[in-house]
Amino acid sequence: MSPSPKPRKASAGTSTASSPQLLSAHELRRIIDTVLRLAKSAGADETEVHVDETADSLTRFANNAIHQNVAERGLNVSIRTVVDSRTARATTNRLDEDSLRAAIDASLSLAHSQPKDPHMLPLPGKQRYPEVQRFAKDTAALTPEQRARAVRRACDLAIQNGQVAAGIFASGLQQSALGNSRGLFAAYRETHSEFSITMQETPAASWAKANASSVSGFDPQELVQRASEKAHTAVDARELPPGRYTVILEPAAVLDLVGFLFYDFSATALQDKRSCLNGRMGKPLFGKNIFITDDAYHPLQLGTPFDGEGMPRQRVLLVDRGVPKNLVYSRASAKSAGKKPTGHGFALPNEYGEAPMNLVFAGGDSSLEKMVGSTDRGLLVTRLWYIREVDPYEKVMTGMTRDGLFLVENGKVSTAVRNFRFNQSILEMLRNVEQLGKAVRATGEEAFEMVVPAMKVRDFHFSEVTKF
Amino acid sequence: MYDLAVAALETATLRGATYADVRVMHLRQRDLTTKNGQVGTLAQSESIGMGVRVLANGAWGFASSDRLTREGVSACAAQAVSIAKASALAKRGEVMMVDEDAYVDSWQSPFRKDPFEIPLESQLSLLLAADAEMRHIKGITLTETGMQFRKIDSWFASSIGSRIHQRKLITGCGIAATAFQGDEIQKRSYPNSFGGQHALEGYELVESLELLKHAPRVGEEAAALHSAAQCPERTGTLILGGSQLGLQIHESVGHPIELDRVLGQEANFAGTSFLTLDQLNKLRYGSDFVNVVADARLEHGPGLGTFAYDDEGVPAQCTDIIKDGQFRGYLSNRETAHLIGLKRSSGTMRTESWNRLPIIRMTNISLKPGTWGFDDLIADTDDAILMETNRSWSIDDRRYQFQFSTELGWEIKGGKKTRMLKNPSYSGITTEFWNSCDAICSGDHWILWGTPNCGKGQPMQTMGTGHGAAPARFRNVKIGSAFADQ
Repeated sequence: MSPSPKPRKASAGTSTASSPQLLSAHELRRIIDTVLRLAKSAGADETEVHVDETADSLTRFANNAIHQNVAERGLNVSIRTVVDSRTARATTNRLDEDSLRAAIDASLSLAHSQPKDPHMLPLPGKQRYPEVQRFAKDTAALTPEQRARAVRRACDLAIQNGQVAAGIFASGLQQSALGNSRGLFAAYRETHSEFSITMQETPAASWAKANASSVSGFDPQELVQRASEKAHTAVDARELPPGRYTVILEPAAVLDLVGFLFYDFSATALQDKRSCLNGRMGKPLFGKNIFITDDAYHPLQLGTPFDGEGMPRQRVLLVDRGVPKNLVYSRASAKSAGKKPTGHGFALPNEYGEAPMNLVFAGGDSSLEKMVGSTDRGLLVTRLWYIREVDPYEKVMTGMTRDGLFLVENGKVSTAVRNFRFNQSILEMLRNVEQLGKAVRATGEEAFEMVVPAMKVRDFHFSEVTKF
Repeated sequence: MYDLAVAALETATLRGATYADVRVMHLRQRDLTTKNGQVGTLAQSESIGMGVRVLANGAWGFASSDRLTREGVSACAAQAVSIAKASALAKRGEVMMVDEDAYVDSWQSPFRKDPFEIPLESQLSLLLAADAEMRHIKGITLTETGMQFRKIDSWFASSIGSRIHQRKLITGCGIAATAFQGDEIQKRSYPNSFGGQHALEGYELVESLELLKHAPRVGEEAAALHSAAQCPERTGTLILGGSQLGLQIHESVGHPIELDRVLGQEANFAGTSFLTLDQLNKLRYGSDFVNVVADARLEHGPGLGTFAYDDEGVPAQCTDIIKDGQFRGYLSNRETAHLIGLKRSSGTMRTESWNRLPIIRMTNISLKPGTWGFDDLIADTDDAILMETNRSWSIDDRRYQFQFSTELGWEIKGGKKTRMLKNPSYSGITTEFWNSCDAICSGDHWILWGTPNCGKGQPMQTMGTGHGAAPARFRNVKIGSAFADQ
């Protein structure tokens, strides 16, 4: 969901050559130039071409053994033509000229079928992109055998501890290039890697997960050890009554919950009156300790340095001392709002406009240990699950705790607790943050990766309890 | 396509695979949306490639590629074998598969009108007209409409000799109106949320929905919700409309019966299941009125879970899941069937695309109709809340505790629909809920709803599933807790 940045220069050359699995920058340019040539001769006024290539592998294990182990390779060419103030997109994964010509024809045919759009903007011209480097050779070269051996070590530890391991070890590389008939060209490549572990000790389970550009960015066995210890601690869970509790949310729990807030920072969402920020911009909404930035260039972030139209991503201060200050804009929403585009637009045509995809929450000077130590009575939350929106304006979300919920009493973790359902407004939650830990790159299952801190939050609303 | 598939099978066998299957798939899709009277998305895509699954050294490997040349597919098959041998470095036993016959067949889902042949102008014109009908309603601040069409060809070949071609045509269509006023956003969708209704049909589905007839009502209800009373918090009688009941089936029956989940294979992501193997044929899942089947056969209807063969080459079947309230069956594949004493897979292996591994998936998981007329059910109900059209859905990772909210509620008093209620929600424990069912409407009210967005697996796969349901009544349900104490 959130790719990572890389300047035209780097993506076009150096790291590309190190990976035989991806096309060279020259080949990417050749595909784009071919499409632009064919589209012009087919009658397109303007044309934009995206080329996205992926080579991913994922080793999956459960019951202390590998049960699924996959690799994929693919390349898509996506073509947007503009003709007489009308636009449409067609995508193919076939690279021969006949197939590219058919995709161009399909795009033109779709475009011709609609009314003119008097507000349509011309395609943007050449842009400049900040340099980023997020391609790790060790990750690009990771083999199924290396992943299998790491999984074997995880499973051996589980067996040694009388537990059952399940998880994934994934790695891959991808690149994106975008060019248009006005001379814009942008390209980016990255590697990515991920390890996730669930350790089960009947009837409990716990979980840990890491995600980075380079496989050297985390230690799988350290994650396995952590999940194993927490699963063992979680075995004898007691039931507590629902109600409002002080909670200590680990970064993954913060990430998965606040991830539902950020489409509301889209200027188009406000124009459509589907954002919770309608009527709330510039006014205190969260606590004064909340600062949020969208920053594709943060060292812990991944993702392209350009948006779906090729506009350079800008750093945008979204929330300053609890006050929503700025939105993100595509070229179209910027024009209608009298603002400058921020480089957050989705590929056109679309109805959603734009969204911030590289979120960075400012952290604080606390830590999980300090949060626990300062809590007379509260709950330590490892992870949240199946989060869905109940009230779109108050941003009330429901979901479950999962894989390790612990009672904190008198500054110490005292016992495991049965999982709760929560119904909690994110707006209220971010008004009730008492402590913030160091911001880290966090990864979960409900939202894209972000840089977020652990949080201690008062009066978090748990409405019901489940059976485990 | 079979030439390439056979080349892949030969390479896999030469490299040491003891079993292999290949899927060459060609997927075509068209998406049209409008928003506030303007065209939104207008896009078409196609993707073609091959996925090779092999057993070697007693373990699984899978590789996929879009390079459909003899060299490309052979390299893909060799990679799959190499991956399987790596898997064997961390195996705890040999993979076993129950027997299955080889089939040579070709099948196409029936349809009357190919949506790819219908002029785009008329498709957009219909959507823009429906959009306009909703925007005419005072208070409406956002209107959205959409159509989606998919044509999927798959050529399956396996080392036991199967050669199966299937073509599926899928159509989806829906409209929605949103009203922002004060400090509330309210929305109504037709005929369902999740982009409307989706089925294994042609353009005739779009025409049957009569968008222009329903659009004004959709807008009016969205606006009216702002002056409706808040759904109360209480324990009481609940009547669910068919589409919401379809999602209830999906979450609290369909997922827990996936045998891979039960066996812990999804523990890291989608979760596990309360339906442990010892529950089979023993658990009282629901009341005597509750009968649920998993039915992928065409005679069940044109659902998103309808096919002739699954993606492991097993013919479509109908399996009893709940019979007269008793838990009777799981969704299985050739690898897991023997673990519950079956000699044959129930045929539920499905893949999103050529680049994804087939995994156990819901087919059409449907609640069989009862005997009640809808009006008779309302007349028979003294005090209840009727909830329609899903708004949010959530359930724990073992599928016990759930909470749903819907777009619209109606108060039922003295056997009559009285007033509209906003922000309705209900929650409960799966088996307690199904045991509280005391009435299900008849086949006249039964619709095979399509859920197009079911996520499962790592890497994530999105799959369409079918859920037949008629409105039904449940007693002693916890109502309104989503909005309590906010």
